[in-house]
Amino acid sequence: MSLLVFYLFAAIAVLAALGMVVLRNPVHSALSLALVFVSLAAMYVLLSAPFIAVAQVMIYAGAILILFVFVIMLLSPGTDQGVGALKAQRGLAILFGAALLVLLIAVLGGAVLPPTRGTFTPEAIAAEGDTQAVGALLFTNFLLPFEITSILLLVAIVGVIVLAKKRQSISKQ
Amino acid sequence: MDPLALVIIEALIKSIVVIIVLLTGFAYLTLMERMVVARIQVRVGPNRVGRVFGIAALQPIADAIKMIFKEDFIPANADKLIYVLAPGIAVGTALLAWAVIPLNPPLTIFGYTINFEIANVNVAVLYLLAIGSLSIYGIVLGGWSANNKYSLLGALRSTAQMVSYEVSLGLSLVGVLMVSGTLSLTQIVQQQSMIWNVVWQPLGFVIYLVCALAEINRVPFDLPEAETELVAGYQTEYSSLKFALFYMAEYINMLTISAIASTVFLGGYQGPFGILPGVHWLLIKMLIFIFIFMWIRGTLPRFRYDQLMRFGWQVLLPLALANTFVTAVVLVLLGK
Amino acid sequence: MPILVPDINLRIIAPALIVTVTAIVVLLGELVTPAERKRWLGYLSIAGLVVAAFAAFSLWGANASGFSGMVVADNFGLFLTLTIALSAALSILLSIPFIHAHEIDQGEYYVLLLASVAGMIVMATATDLIVIFLGLELLSLPLYILAAFQREDTRSLEAGIKYFLLGAFSSAFFLYGIALVFGATGTTNLAKIAASLAQSAGSPMLSIGVGLLMVGFAFKVALVPFHWWTPDVYDGAPTTVTAFMSVAVKAAAFGAFFRTFQFALPALALDWRAVAAVLAVLTMTLGNVAALLQSNVKRMLAYSSIAHAGYILIALVAMSANGLSSALFYLLAYTVTNLGAFGAVIALSDGARERLEIKDFAGAAREHPLVALALTICLLSLAGFPPFAGFVGKFLIFGAAVETGWAWLAVIGVLNSLVSVYFYLRPVVQMYMSEPAEGWSGIRVAPLVALALLIAVISVIALGVFPAPAIALAAGGLIR
Repeated sequence: MSLLVFYLFAAIAVLAALGMVVLRNPVHSALSLALVFVSLAAMYVLLSAPFIAVAQVMIYAGAILILFVFVIMLLSPGTDQGVGALKAQRGLAILFGAALLVLLIAVLGGAVLPPTRGTFTPEAIAAEGDTQAVGALLFTNFLLPFEITSILLLVAIVGVIVLAKKRQSISKQ
Repeated sequence: MDPLALVIIEALIKSIVVIIVLLTGFAYLTLMERMVVARIQVRVGPNRVGRVFGIAALQPIADAIKMIFKEDFIPANADKLIYVLAPGIAVGTALLAWAVIPLNPPLTIFGYTINFEIANVNVAVLYLLAIGSLSIYGIVLGGWSANNKYSLLGALRSTAQMVSYEVSLGLSLVGVLMVSGTLSLTQIVQQQSMIWNVVWQPLGFVIYLVCALAEINRVPFDLPEAETELVAGYQTEYSSLKFALFYMAEYINMLTISAIASTVFLGGYQGPFGILPGVHWLLIKMLIFIFIFMWIRGTLPRFRYDQLMRFGWQVLLPLALANTFVTAVVLVLLGK
Repeated sequence: MPILVPDINLRIIAPALIVTVTAIVVLLGELVTPAERKRWLGYLSIAGLVVAAFAAFSLWGANASGFSGMVVADNFGLFLTLTIALSAALSILLSIPFIHAHEIDQGEYYVLLLASVAGMIVMATATDLIVIFLGLELLSLPLYILAAFQREDTRSLEAGIKYFLLGAFSSAFFLYGIALVFGATGTTNLAKIAASLAQSAGSPMLSIGVGLLMVGFAFKVALVPFHWWTPDVYDGAPTTVTAFMSVAVKAAAFGAFFRTFQFALPALALDWRAVAAVLAVLTMTLGNVAALLQSNVKRMLAYSSIAHAGYILIALVAMSANGLSSALFYLLAYTVTNLGAFGAVIALSDGARERLEIKDFAGAAREHPLVALALTICLLSLAGFPPFAGFVGKFLIFGAAVETGWAWLAVIGVLNSLVSVYFYLRPVVQMYMSEPAEGWSGIRVAPLVALALLIAVISVIALGVFPAPAIALAAGGLIR
């Protein structure tokens, strides 16, 4: 049953991802991407990680992509007119993309994961609660990365303001 | 019988019941709103169709029939697929939230325990926020696809507004989560059998209500549709059933945020001091909220766009952050 | 619920922490500093960097790890920390008059630069792929913005956007690499990856993951064929930012590059050494040949920095203790030399009008003999002439390569150095042999620029004549 659900959402995710690349209208692309995010969230649920699933929908589909759509609507660029001057790139891109795809399928399709199971088996998660598990990890083993991320976000905010704010002509006088 | 199949069948039945109740409830909410606003403006309001005790009991049905038989119009340069999809997304996301709201204490009949929520998810609060953040799509896409300036302006406004207020909305709930120590709505309700969360989180409660009003684009945050400046904002071009769907989404959202506010802050189906828990308490609390929302609509003017942004970022967000911080400090001092 | 105690060891991350705190203090200070006193924010930043450097000194030899094995304070990381702090301090000395002349003297400039330094220190001392990635992002994000800091100049904006788009693209490669390595080994910790690979043979998934990691690193240090962004970004960004990122990013990224590959992935050395050798040859050759064709000094130095990344990669291919210490020494030497060269270019500019074409330098020696001399010394050091720092660095790296049986790589490196002499000498010839162009009179070199130039040139000569102490420090810096 859960395998069936997996294949269903996997198929949706792959098709939507293709649509995101192939569709000409940027809003349609963005919507396909939203569909990808939601299908991925469904897979996280199957992996007994509902917290990650919900966070995925809330952050990616609900916040980031909405900002994408916002910007697309503000700029309203119309539809993509296809390749411009670099016609030769297109053939090469398809060639290398196909090569990469074959390589990844060949390698990852036959990949054997290490036989040892990690700490967070479905049973352990069920006993502890997945939100609790994520929280405990964030504030113990991953404390440093967590705090670095906060600095990173601060820098991003400062950067946006530097780039967007009107600059007072300081040394004009 | 296969236990998984049983679960699925049970969820299906519950979903159908909830959807039917919501759709009927929506219809009578419109009537209630027309009555309440009429009284505030010292008018009589609808009192003709199927009159019972001075109330036009069949008015919603008449409205529905009128809506259905209007011409279904799609503008020539609209993005047809998305134009059709958008009202559906709006209603769909509005209904999805109801999957996790506990309506009644569990009942045991013939040895089979029925939980009165469709799914007891242990991240229910986050699920509600996630679904809430998706509900933007209906409005934004509806406004964009109509290919109309007013619609687009409405869509842009609603994006900016909802993204801004979502942050404070989430933060206002964090205080409750810290007090109760769980993300499961079922557990949050059960913990409130004696003392409601609003006692610990009065500021969080107020911030939640304000942000929730903004999230569902009701007065005084109804800039996305603002008839006086934007015709009807994102729904300018919509007519017939599609328009009705947007209308439906708006009222269901109103029911949803009343239900969440009741559940998270006012004990949900729990009566005061543990008196007779049951769905009637939830309904009473929701009706009070809904009446307040209508009252606000009848009395308050609309925000101007810059006021809206300043209020969201410079008042609500710092307050919500301060509330979270103070809650954390107090919890640590109490040694919880 | 059990109380969980995180493994907090603030002493180990003291340098990065001090830099971060300084950045935040400067950010707040910007609010209360009147426009004509903005330079004090620069001095404050330098003070913070000096304190961070002292903290790094005090940790020398500590060899402690902390935060559940996420970071380490070993001499390798500390040497890089010192190099990065030095490059940042010199860049700020150059920046204070520069950003004033270009009317971009906002305190955020220093904040972003310091944040980038914090990211670099994190990256150089990280022992977990996740922390390396976060360090990479924390160093890159401020640089994207700094590159676009001259908002009125479209080329600066172009540089920022190009750097951002390609940088984000390469981050994705790096992240995918981390994911695949995690899938193959079950961990992101470098020590555990090494332990896991010591027990079981690698898998194709691991190889692809390692390859993607290499792409990510190669992009950041600008190895051919992942170098396309370099000339445009170096050319468009404000000159002081170019100076900073041409040296400091290399120090941090090569630090993590060496640590990841030499420490965590020796089991796959047979494969990645061959790839790295090919990349080194391509990078050196293409960098030097392309530099021959440039008429703009910034672009020339951009291609030269690509070529130098190739030389340093030889030290990775050698994969020995000597290779490691030679790379550290080379990074230090390259830092002071390149900053000296950029400092001289900034010193020769006329207020906001910069002289960036090589022909603009005609006759500079007659008007500014000392600056011309400094530029000459730095360019000769870049080309690898004795008795300057660049010569010792190249000598050590080529020596390490020969020792470990990669003599052919060293030969190609030497041949490339010979090619590079031609383009490094072109500005020198212009300065000394040509008639002065218009507009030289009345240009005054800002005292801070002169100071930075002095420090750089003295270091170049000192590292060239008495390299022993620095080599000893670098040799103590073995990866744990």
